[in-house]
Amino acid sequence: MTSTNMSKPFLEVKNLNVAFPTEDGLVRASSDISFSVARGETLAVVGESGSGKSVTSLAVMGLHNRKTAQISGQAILNLESGPVDVISADEEIVRKLRGKAMSMIFQDPMSALHPYYSIGNQLIEAWSLYNEGSKEDGRKRAIEMLDLVGIPAAEKRVDEYPHQFSGGMRQRVMIAMALINNPSLLIADEPTTALDVTVQSQILQLIRDMQKEFNMALILITHDLGVVAEVADRVNVMYAGKIVESGSAEDIYYRPDHPYAIGLLNSIPRVDQLESKRLVAIPGQPPSLIHRPDGCSFRARCEFADRVPGNLCATTIPTLDQKSTDHFSRCHLPESELVKARVEIGGRK
Amino acid sequence: MLNYLARRLSATVVVLTLVSMSVFGIFAVLPMDPAALTCGKACYPAVIEANRHRLGLDVPVHVQYGRFVKGLFVGRTYGEGQATIECPAPAFGYSFNRHECVTTLIKDALPVTLSLAIGAFILWISVGVGLGILAARRKNQWPDRAATAFVLVGTSLPTFITGILILLFVGLKFKLIDPLNMGRWISPLEDPVAWFRTFIFPWIILALAYAASYTRFTRSTVIETSSEDYIRTARSKGLSEKAILQKHTLRAAIAPITTLAGLDFASLLGGAIITESIFNLPGLGRLSIRAVLQDYDLPTILATTILAAAFVVIANLLVDIAYAYLDPRVRVA
Repeated sequence: MTSTNMSKPFLEVKNLNVAFPTEDGLVRASSDISFSVARGETLAVVGESGSGKSVTSLAVMGLHNRKTAQISGQAILNLESGPVDVISADEEIVRKLRGKAMSMIFQDPMSALHPYYSIGNQLIEAWSLYNEGSKEDGRKRAIEMLDLVGIPAAEKRVDEYPHQFSGGMRQRVMIAMALINNPSLLIADEPTTALDVTVQSQILQLIRDMQKEFNMALILITHDLGVVAEVADRVNVMYAGKIVESGSAEDIYYRPDHPYAIGLLNSIPRVDQLESKRLVAIPGQPPSLIHRPDGCSFRARCEFADRVPGNLCATTIPTLDQKSTDHFSRCHLPESELVKARVEIGGRK
Repeated sequence: MLNYLARRLSATVVVLTLVSMSVFGIFAVLPMDPAALTCGKACYPAVIEANRHRLGLDVPVHVQYGRFVKGLFVGRTYGEGQATIECPAPAFGYSFNRHECVTTLIKDALPVTLSLAIGAFILWISVGVGLGILAARRKNQWPDRAATAFVLVGTSLPTFITGILILLFVGLKFKLIDPLNMGRWISPLEDPVAWFRTFIFPWIILALAYAASYTRFTRSTVIETSSEDYIRTARSKGLSEKAILQKHTLRAAIAPITTLAGLDFASLLGGAIITESIFNLPGLGRLSIRAVLQDYDLPTILATTILAAAFVVIANLLVDIAYAYLDPRVRVA
């Protein structure tokens, strides 16, 4: 990132690696991750299950157990008081950033709220961690937040328990709780996956509104490419623990460079294509994160691997190369072959 | 909530009635003649028949049950004239062997069992739950391994081994237990020190096995709760580990432990037969085992059985009420 007179992006992740030792060996859940997000910007992270999306964001939140996870690299929050590296900072310092500088909402709102405490209790608890004031003040703030996220009769519902709310309403409560201390970064880990389709777009809209309202940096983790097209400024495509392609939403949608990203886009229906086409699934499964194959992780599933000269895919891990301004891809395929590949896959019926 | 209470309470009465009926029915079909048991070896049929009439055993079973229930509320009178025996309410029957109303026997035994059960309960809950939490927090470290060893020893050593060992090689050897006080009930109001000396070893022995299984149960419950999504939420809010444990993890783990503890405590109130026998404590367990093995004292067995069942049923009710208080999801439903 170029640092000019403009303020630095709020979050800068540099060469982040997260691995978990297990009896079978070291699971390299995410490796060599670098990206940054500025306030007001939305970064979407896409990829299939087990690609390292959540692991990366939990590392940014400092939520991995440092005793059991091996984490290296940096995740720097540029706070007003100065930069803090979440990975190397004292755990107590990181804890006090959680809920205040950065917040997170999770996939399943059904289980993310404590079933035994009222909504108000849980919101006030979050508020009083970082605010001086009476319980009454906290309650007022809680009602204000519930109102803001669109919970009707907030004054009354604040005393109710999670099981008295629907899934969508619970996710609204989660959002209210995450934002109650006005954080600068919000990480939303598949916030709509567990919800009804009709509710999904409401929640997504709410998250976008809140992002504007609070001028937050937003990391949206999802495997729903439709969601990405709607909201993202930038997109990281992850595969087997690595970022394989990174660029603006435009780049990813109209000029995807990595065969995996191309395949992903072909596996979903698109409104902007007039002909109705058959959806194409990517064959095979992601590789084991313990015994990684040499070379490119995607090689076994990639139909273009044989077009790369010198068997490079099998021997050398591709680097994340710049393709154009702000567009990076991790693939050995030469540009000329890529253009052909895009047409080939795109033209398939 | 009131509606719920009323519903639960009436259900409890129904269950207790059914339990007492079936216990009464079982005793009625036993191949023993309770009247014949009332006099010794050299017995005339006339005496047996007279006693049968005196104890009201010469009427059909349902009439006997009716009299039994009535006796619970208004007391009972056996025989007439000079040989009249009065048992005031609540009358559970008359023990011919002990020449006492069963209620009197129970009244004498209950404080002993209560002392034993309450003391042991406090001990095993504090040790078991405390150790369980510690083991869960220090999973796979030495406190956890030590707790696992304790669980293994505690659950695999039977009470009749640990009890006798501690009685002989600690209690009596170091004169911590006064042998003269064994077999007597000493009220803590009269002589707290002697009371404590009588009960401390029975408490330890009884609590040992329970504490071991509570350690295991608490450990697994706390570990399981710690991986819940809402604990991750609590952590992402910025709460300290201490606050997460105290407010979030334990709050959720306490409900299943309460259920288990309530029922275990209730079944102890029916009498801890082995512990009471080893330490010669004249509690309900001793009363029952003597009635069963020595005296064939059917009225006493009947009474202690129904009493033990009643304790469990009532404890169930209390646990359910506690659960409704602990878990808002139950409260509303």
